[in-house]
Amino acid sequence: MAIDFHKYANPTRFLRLASAVFPWVTGAAVLLLVTGLYMGLFVAPEDYQQGETVRIMFVHVPAAWMGMSVYTMMAVSAAAGLIWKHPVADLSAKAAAPIGACFTLLALVTGALWGQPMWGTYWVWDARLTSMLILLFLYLGYMALWGSFDDHSKAARAAAILVLVGAINIPVIKFSVDWWNTLHQPASVATLDGPKIHGSILTPLLVMGAAYMMLFLSVFIIRVKAEIMDRRLQIMKISQLQE
Amino acid sequence: MAEFNEFLEMGGYAAFVWPSYLVSAVVLTLLVVFSVRRLRRIERDLKPFEERRQARRNRTRSSRTEPLNDT
Amino acid sequence: MTRKKRRLYTLLAGMGVLGVAAALVLYSFEDSLVFFHSPSDLAEKPVPAGRSFRLGGLVEEGSVEKDGVIIRFRVTDLAESVPVTYRGLVPDLFREGQGVVAEGKLDENGLFVASNVLAKHDENYMPPEVAESLRDAGHWQPEGSN
Repeated sequence: MAIDFHKYANPTRFLRLASAVFPWVTGAAVLLLVTGLYMGLFVAPEDYQQGETVRIMFVHVPAAWMGMSVYTMMAVSAAAGLIWKHPVADLSAKAAAPIGACFTLLALVTGALWGQPMWGTYWVWDARLTSMLILLFLYLGYMALWGSFDDHSKAARAAAILVLVGAINIPVIKFSVDWWNTLHQPASVATLDGPKIHGSILTPLLVMGAAYMMLFLSVFIIRVKAEIMDRRLQIMKISQLQE
Repeated sequence: MAEFNEFLEMGGYAAFVWPSYLVSAVVLTLLVVFSVRRLRRIERDLKPFEERRQARRNRTRSSRTEPLNDT
Repeated sequence: MTRKKRRLYTLLAGMGVLGVAAALVLYSFEDSLVFFHSPSDLAEKPVPAGRSFRLGGLVEEGSVEKDGVIIRFRVTDLAESVPVTYRGLVPDLFREGQGVVAEGKLDENGLFVASNVLAKHDENYMPPEVAESLRDAGHWQPEGSN
């Protein structure tokens, strides 16, 4: 199993695979985004309680999903980097971080824009919102940590440890609404006898979710490629100095 | 036209719905633009190094073949 | 291979310790992590009059009375309920049967004087026609009907 993994961790092989997948992923992202936006803005009905603000969900919920999934993927990469020292593992976590940070920021901003008309406030310090803000800070801290080391392997190590420590936050975000009373979503007080999301609203949401996933993969391939080449560039610069 | 205005009004929530879509579009577009530009810059910087290495490899391989543009 | 295994086990052990530590911290801070208290919490652990806290639950059906800018209603969790008075504008989602979180304090008579009222949403999303037909068919009683 470890040998198999090593095959894909080889930068050249990884780049070849990524280049082959890239046009498909990018095409799917564009197609799904257009479909999702059309469905979300024109086809989906208004919600019986929230009215037209339900359309904010189509850009809010997928962004939040991605903010959390990208972090999870970074944690797995970071662990692989620490344990097996795969050359691509640390670089892929590094490449994913700015994308995850953007999605998390969008989840926070669009959430605030929904909160003001519906809750009556842009922001509250409840467990869900606070843990999501911590996620953004973890992303920013991770990126700052990479920038603050000159030595690549030291930076990779420190950043990997930060991601893994912060990974505790992911289940906290996920279950915050069940563990504690939050404003974000009813835990025990709301009655949930009926359907949760009607198909006409669920479909655009899932299409937008898939679109954000493909968009992530597309930007991720671009960024990993840049990281691998940057690493090569740094090594060549050093070896040139030594000549 | 009236329908279009009604669409833009978003049931009175235009001030929240449109900024949500706008900020998402702006942030994601910037992410794509900066990512592509960074890749292009690194590719450009890497080029002379790769060429030099290629040239050196060609030189050591055989002195009789063409020195450059040989893969 | 053994070095890799050692790193793997160290990492797993580290994550385990970290997880336990996080769980303990979160558990001990539970009271401050809770955003609001329900009427039942209040009946169990009374909060003294004059101390600020957040009260959350559903707006009791038929309890909303508007008197100019003053609005009176009861917050219920279907077991206990607390009377609330609030002076000001309520958010758009504020409806009978819907979730609500009021910030404020109790007075001596057990009336909750709110300084701010936030609406809570539930996770039911559907078009109005669907909600209506469900209601007509008697399959589902959205408590936020008005």
